[in-house]
Amino acid sequence: MAEHKPLRLNVPEPEVRPGGKPDFSNVKIPKAGSVERPPIDVPPEDIRDMAYSIIRVMNRKGEAVGPWAGTLTAQETLDGLRAMMRVRAFDRRMLMAQRQGKTSFYMQCLGEEAIACAFRKALEDGDMNFPTYRQQGLLLAGGYPMVDMMCQIYSNTRDPNKGRQLPVMYSSKKFGFFSISGNLATQFPQAVGWAMASAIKNDTRIAAAWIGDGSTAESDFHAGLVFASTYKAPVVLNIVNNQWAISTFQGIARGGSGTFAARGHGFGIPSLRVDGNDYLAVHAVAKWAIERARRNLGPVLVEYVTYRAAAHSTSDDPSAYRPKEETDAWPLGDPVERLKNHLVAVGAWTQERHSQAEAEIDAEVLAAQKEAEAFGTLHSGPKASPRDIFEEVYDTMPPHLRRQRQEAGY
Amino acid sequence: MPRMTMIEAIRDAHMVAMEKDDNVVVFGEDVGYFGGVFRCTQGLQERFGRDRCFDSPISECGIVGTAIGMAAYGLRPCVEIQFADYVYPAYDQIVSEAARLRHRSAGDFTCPLTIRMPTGGGIFGGQTHSQSPEALFTHVSGLKVVVPSNPYDAKGLLIASIEDDNPVIFLEPKRLYNGPFDGHHDKPIIPWSKHALGEVPAGHFTEPLGKAVVRREGGAVTVLAYGTMVYVAEAAAEESGVDAEVIDLRTLLPVDLDTIVASVKKTGRCLIVHEATLTSGFGAELAALVQEHCFYHLEAPIRRVTGWDTPYPHAQEWTYFPGPARVGAALGELMEG
Repeated sequence: MAEHKPLRLNVPEPEVRPGGKPDFSNVKIPKAGSVERPPIDVPPEDIRDMAYSIIRVMNRKGEAVGPWAGTLTAQETLDGLRAMMRVRAFDRRMLMAQRQGKTSFYMQCLGEEAIACAFRKALEDGDMNFPTYRQQGLLLAGGYPMVDMMCQIYSNTRDPNKGRQLPVMYSSKKFGFFSISGNLATQFPQAVGWAMASAIKNDTRIAAAWIGDGSTAESDFHAGLVFASTYKAPVVLNIVNNQWAISTFQGIARGGSGTFAARGHGFGIPSLRVDGNDYLAVHAVAKWAIERARRNLGPVLVEYVTYRAAAHSTSDDPSAYRPKEETDAWPLGDPVERLKNHLVAVGAWTQERHSQAEAEIDAEVLAAQKEAEAFGTLHSGPKASPRDIFEEVYDTMPPHLRRQRQEAGY
Repeated sequence: MPRMTMIEAIRDAHMVAMEKDDNVVVFGEDVGYFGGVFRCTQGLQERFGRDRCFDSPISECGIVGTAIGMAAYGLRPCVEIQFADYVYPAYDQIVSEAARLRHRSAGDFTCPLTIRMPTGGGIFGGQTHSQSPEALFTHVSGLKVVVPSNPYDAKGLLIASIEDDNPVIFLEPKRLYNGPFDGHHDKPIIPWSKHALGEVPAGHFTEPLGKAVVRREGGAVTVLAYGTMVYVAEAAAEESGVDAEVIDLRTLLPVDLDTIVASVKKTGRCLIVHEATLTSGFGAELAALVQEHCFYHLEAPIRRVTGWDTPYPHAQEWTYFPGPARVGAALGELMEG
């Protein structure tokens, strides 16, 4: 009879904890321009290696290089920079509003601005995103009114969600932004279903699903991939790998798989991996994936490699589980700085114009905040009627809700 | 008028709804080519094509999740969960998403979705082919919960559910698919062709959601029932000699309080019967409503006859199933009280 050593449970641990020196030496970063750009109708099995590499466009000198470069004009690139700067300024201002007690809660996307902003610019009006709570860039880059977002955060009398949802759980059909739910990953199969509906109706619109690295462990992620694969739904399946799920490092969700993108191959879905802090690369990959979906060639899975630079939310303190210096050590840098450097390198931008743009955007955000606060904040100012909580539970109010509304005094 | 089984009535309801509205799509496990393990979707794929009626992967969370996305797009999906016992992987999608979508988005997105599922016991289905999980859905604001008890209602209520702009949980008592069942498992089955409610109008008609029907008029005691228990209650009334008024609730959420209250105020007594387990079952809600609205008319404590608080057994089916003997005994006790 063979002898066996006792079995041992493997519990993955991040490389470093608070007090340690940040170490990203295990993150293999290919050179900008080194990853091929396959034809739009490539069979998934021909590009398996792309799920283990990282598509990058901007090199260290800020030049746009390689086969994925050139999807944007100089003006569109400047627009992209401005979009990211607006998201960052908006986040900063709303974080402060939460600290001042004007609302209960906020979530920044600091360091992840390029992903949602660039992706939105690659979509067409009528396409539908199924976002998580960290894709505010989809709204701001898509032209959604900043004041309305703030009103949602304040749960005030102009809140499009009528004060029913936690701050940042936006919803806008018109702007292609599906209602955000607190329940993680649920929107992933919903996006696939929306895309299936578009195919059933012989439409030309596509859907975009969004999920974080941690939530890929939810069963809905798996269901979404199965249905997308089976019905070749016109959907782009986006995984934003920001390395952290609150306090849990991405290795807990990823387990033994080399990358999150690699998960797509088991489903026969072409899967790309992209530098999430490279605006130009994100846009190029988004354009490729969206075009493939729109041509009825089926779903595409994209993993954006990025880093959650800020706390998970206003209720979180990352210094309890990761080194404070880790953000600065992240090898893919900062998306705003990198695009700015690119534009300066090609002579389309200067530090002076950048500072001027920052000032303009800060003024825009401040003006929007003033306008929003005129409609009230969570704890002060005008209030919506409490009778509203009984509305829109159903299309028409059933008798039991009418009785309860009367009992509540409204 | 055509005579149909409940299965044929459900199939016909699909046909009518799909014919009337191109946005109605039907899918689920084995519902496409094969026509469903209970034949409820037979012929739909052939008639309407594979993009209107199709087979799905075995993933309840995926079936309901994708259906919600389709509904948000503007379709009107009617999906099948093969057995109500297997709806739990979809519970998050139903409770957190379908039920809340209209409210949380302030009407920006809606979810006109119907989720059909065979429910109930009495078929030696054991633990995972017999459950009655209605109380898990009646507790969820934003859902409607429907349980037909006959072919006529099955068709009228299913068309109404598909046309309703809210998410509807449509529970089909599989014990009633081929004929009414009063709990007398030792007696031969009467087919729907020999029952008045097996007469189902051809073409389009609806039965209103939220409206109960009095199946047997009586003056001594009100019996609140739905699904298979309607026939058990009717049999128990005849056999016990108690002049019971049997109400078939048909819709559990929103429930038809007016019909319930009018009856209990008339009879002064109330018995609630359901197959589902007792504790926190839908009967508890019914008892509380009757107590609240009929307190001064009650001449005896409200009684409940339900499944026991155990998993549904296989070999002990008829010990578990609340049959006419148990219901009849409770009726007798109520009259003494």
